[in-house]
Amino acid sequence: MPQNLRLDKVGYINRDKKISFKFNGKKYFGYEGDTLASALLANGIHLIGRSFKYHRPRGFTGAGVDEPNAHVQLYSGAKTEPNVIATTVELVEGLVATSQNCWPSVSFDFGAINNLLNKFFPAGFYYKTFMWPKNFWYKIYEPIIRKAAGLGVAPLKPDPDRYEHKFEYCDVLIVGSGPSGLAGALAAAKNGARVILAEDKPRFGGSLLTDEVTIGNKKGKDWVDETISQLKSMPNVIVKNRSQVFGYYDHNMMVMSERTKDHVENSTEFTPRQKLWYIRAKEVIVSTGSIERPLVFGNNDRPGIMLASAAKEYMKVYGVLVGKKPIIFTNNDSAYDTAIEFKKNGIDPLVVDIRTNSESSVVQEAKNLNINIKFSHGIVNSKGYLRVNSATVGKLNDDRSGYESLENISCDCICVSGNWTPTVHLSSQSGNKLKFDEKINAFIPSKSRQNESTIGSANGSFTLKKSLEDGFSKGYELSNKITAKNIKGTTPTSNERNYAQHDKFWCMPLPKNKYYKRCVDFQNDVYVSDIELAVREGFRSIEHVKRYTTLGMATDQGKTSNLNGLQLVSNIENKIVPEVGHTTFRPPYTPVTIGAIVGREVGKHYRPTRKSPMHEWHEQNNAVFVDAGLWVRPRYYKQENETLLEAAKREATNVRKNVGVCDVTSLGKIDIKGPDCAEFLNRIYTNAWMKLPVGKARYGVMLREDGIVFDDGTTTRISENHFHMTTTTAQAVNVLAHLEYYLQVVWPELSVNVLSTTEQWAGAALAGPNSRNLLNKLFPEIDVSNEAIPFMGYKEANLFGVPARIFRISFSGELAYEINVESGYGIFMWEKIIELGKEMNIEPYGTEALSTLRIEMGHVAGSEIDGRVISSDLSLEGMLSKKKDFIGKRSLNREAFINPNREKIVGVVPLDKKSMIPEGSHLVSDNKASLPNPKLGHISASCWSVEYNNPFSLAILKDGKNKIGEKLYAVSPLKNKSIEVEIVSSHYVDPKGERVRS
Amino acid sequence: MLEIKCPYCGKRSQNEFSYGGDASVKRPQLGKETSDKEWNDFVYFRNNPRGKHSELWHHVAGCRQWFKVLRNTATHEIFKTSKISEEL
Ligand SMILES: [Zn+2]
Repeated sequence: MPQNLRLDKVGYINRDKKISFKFNGKKYFGYEGDTLASALLANGIHLIGRSFKYHRPRGFTGAGVDEPNAHVQLYSGAKTEPNVIATTVELVEGLVATSQNCWPSVSFDFGAINNLLNKFFPAGFYYKTFMWPKNFWYKIYEPIIRKAAGLGVAPLKPDPDRYEHKFEYCDVLIVGSGPSGLAGALAAAKNGARVILAEDKPRFGGSLLTDEVTIGNKKGKDWVDETISQLKSMPNVIVKNRSQVFGYYDHNMMVMSERTKDHVENSTEFTPRQKLWYIRAKEVIVSTGSIERPLVFGNNDRPGIMLASAAKEYMKVYGVLVGKKPIIFTNNDSAYDTAIEFKKNGIDPLVVDIRTNSESSVVQEAKNLNINIKFSHGIVNSKGYLRVNSATVGKLNDDRSGYESLENISCDCICVSGNWTPTVHLSSQSGNKLKFDEKINAFIPSKSRQNESTIGSANGSFTLKKSLEDGFSKGYELSNKITAKNIKGTTPTSNERNYAQHDKFWCMPLPKNKYYKRCVDFQNDVYVSDIELAVREGFRSIEHVKRYTTLGMATDQGKTSNLNGLQLVSNIENKIVPEVGHTTFRPPYTPVTIGAIVGREVGKHYRPTRKSPMHEWHEQNNAVFVDAGLWVRPRYYKQENETLLEAAKREATNVRKNVGVCDVTSLGKIDIKGPDCAEFLNRIYTNAWMKLPVGKARYGVMLREDGIVFDDGTTTRISENHFHMTTTTAQAVNVLAHLEYYLQVVWPELSVNVLSTTEQWAGAALAGPNSRNLLNKLFPEIDVSNEAIPFMGYKEANLFGVPARIFRISFSGELAYEINVESGYGIFMWEKIIELGKEMNIEPYGTEALSTLRIEMGHVAGSEIDGRVISSDLSLEGMLSKKKDFIGKRSLNREAFINPNREKIVGVVPLDKKSMIPEGSHLVSDNKASLPNPKLGHISASCWSVEYNNPFSLAILKDGKNKIGEKLYAVSPLKNKSIEVEIVSSHYVDPKGERVRS
Repeated sequence: MLEIKCPYCGKRSQNEFSYGGDASVKRPQLGKETSDKEWNDFVYFRNNPRGKHSELWHHVAGCRQWFKVLRNTATHEIFKTSKISEEL
């Protein structure tokens, strides 16, 4: 198919390389260097999608990131990507794109019936209509609305692509490579600054790609190419195209996404698709340019109606005519560039200009080319269904409230220009309070809160001369603050057309008895009538109008619509725009793929995995693992078809009967050294530490300042000025920070050092009546008797040549020891234990059996120390020293904490001795009481007691100690269970603690 | 993301640090009689100013030192950082 809309010689595409692609199932071709948008337009396709709410046919409006309509779905399956802006997609061989928000097809869309019913869908319609009945929202309204008013379809499979993160630092970051940005980059780079120049498009140059200008006697584009190659040759400069700086965060942290794969034909699976750059820049130059505003008139959202600058870009960059019978509709001079460009390429445009006349050189040039201009005219309405085919053009009456005459003029495209809006998004994100510039009728940056400077047309300077001057001077000034090299270049001379003042008139009145829809926000389908309605209904704040009408809330963030919306509100309210103010600009400036934000932190890389040195052994011995924070711990060692419960029972029984070994490496370990160690511990823990002898361990509980239990563990005095503290696995990190806080901030006079040694020691707990015999085999050279290593004793010994620490401590309530060796010897220790324990029927046990053993002994753990309990709630009041002060003590006499009816720890046994009570169940006195049923307590941990062969749970129960012997119900509405239970002591097994001392 | 100058390590990104609250809070001395009000003020009550705030930060993913930061809570401007032993 010949592309008779493609110009022969104009543009920067590569006509030697044809590229085929598919759109809505049909095959087309374009050229290397095309975007999906330019290739479709070259094939005469304007209709690309349907509008969000009313399913109105929509076409291309822009040629870049400002595009509000042309969203497509790319590819299918796991690779599919929704809501991609067709104007930013580079054409590659085999590209597959489909229209969104239409069914069954973009040219016959069932949802377009909404357009006929649009009287029923005004602003705030959803809020007003779908509120009642309340429960209809989730079940009926929401799913239907979602289906009808959707964007693209999210992929259901994991993203197969890779995304990288990169951190970079620079002196000056320049965002945007138009004339001011290039000038700024060149000046800063020559002055020795480390420079990053970022351009969102594939081609550098911004407006210089399309404007008829010269710089230093070169064509604009040639100056761009020369400047870019000069910058690229400098070692202090990073030049990046396809890179969108989308967020301006605190302390000049800039975030940029670079597209690295989609445009590359032969990429490998290891090529990252995008790179997210975190750039800390000492200075930022925002040279992001400006975006043309649409003019608003009847049915101004029809395919074929686009911005005049976009039409020019399609011609000059891609060699594509967007139509052959164009009407240019404008309130300013810049659109004449587009008219002249059409004329030069053999097309006769008609210019409809709201102004009575213009004397500028560009208008004179158009007149000289015999371009037909209708001054004092405006477009009133457009016609044509899937593509514009004519326009109603009216001669405005003197006060512009209506028309003197109307005529119908046929056309195949309408190129509109309502003047230019500086792209101030990044400047505003930096905390820059914007000010309204009357001359250009738009907001521009004023005072920066951070090291940010906005220049060029982003700052409202629309001439090339001023942009270049600002670029060179800012680039020098900012870089010189950093480098002080004083290398100042000269600004080259430039030549450009001159443009007269625009006319502020932008919204065409409706002719008598006509009610055309006039679109303000294309992407969110917001019309003049919606905004009028919102103001009529009393919405005054622009932020409220925005939310009520959804103006500017779509993924394009109102790039083309915000200012028109503001102007409309100010017109209706008879205010000036700065009084109305503007809504907040927030990052990201353009939509960012979730994958890029996540980067490589997916799957196993989502967070670190901590494994003990014995991990491989566990794997080889059928361990089933469980996450404990970052640690991966064996939950149980599966034998044949065992269930979790069966395995836990077997392992726990073997501990009670013989001996078991458990990997306790993950317990937090903190080395504490210094002459004031004992004093320090005495302040941190609730019990006394001054007199702990060398070679002895002690159980300790620490509180927060508000009296709540923080953590518990045993701490051992290794030598006079050296202690070894253990913490729970969960709180290890927080306990260290807590200790450091008190040592550094509160008591700097204490001479103590703390250091985490969690990963330096591998730990194995031996538990069970045979553990002493096993210890004897492991350490034949030392005396392991009860007298030599008593309960809470500590000894250093030699494990077949490996230095080891032996702690006689017990979490299981059995006779038990914990052996620590340096991590590298962990597996040696473990295998020795297994080998020598064989004759005593040793079995490894996991966290499930460990829990079983501690629960039936009534030892508390994380499920009881849940940030809500005080010592006495856990029957640990005996640990509270009366003789000394300690962290949190002063809080303990608070009224709530001395209340005798507080919740206390108790044991719970089901009356049927069979039913496992779900953890989290509530304890109530009447399981049939009407809701809300008063809660007396909750089940914190449950196990199958291997000692008594029935279920047993721990609970925190109101006035618990006085309820022992009572019968209550444990109810779990989640699990749909109600179990009658008896309250017993929390020390279910060996309440006197004889075994640990045996 | 803020850029914070650790007095020991220099400028680092915020994700290396954790926030530790108002630096002007003084813990009542251990073992000293403290009124309910004094204790409540210490445990529960903090000023929440808009503007300058002296606060503690902890370089958890660095030197593990606590230090002081004078920051504007509205703009995040950091005026000064100092060691605990120094005046801010
Ligand atoms: Zn540091």
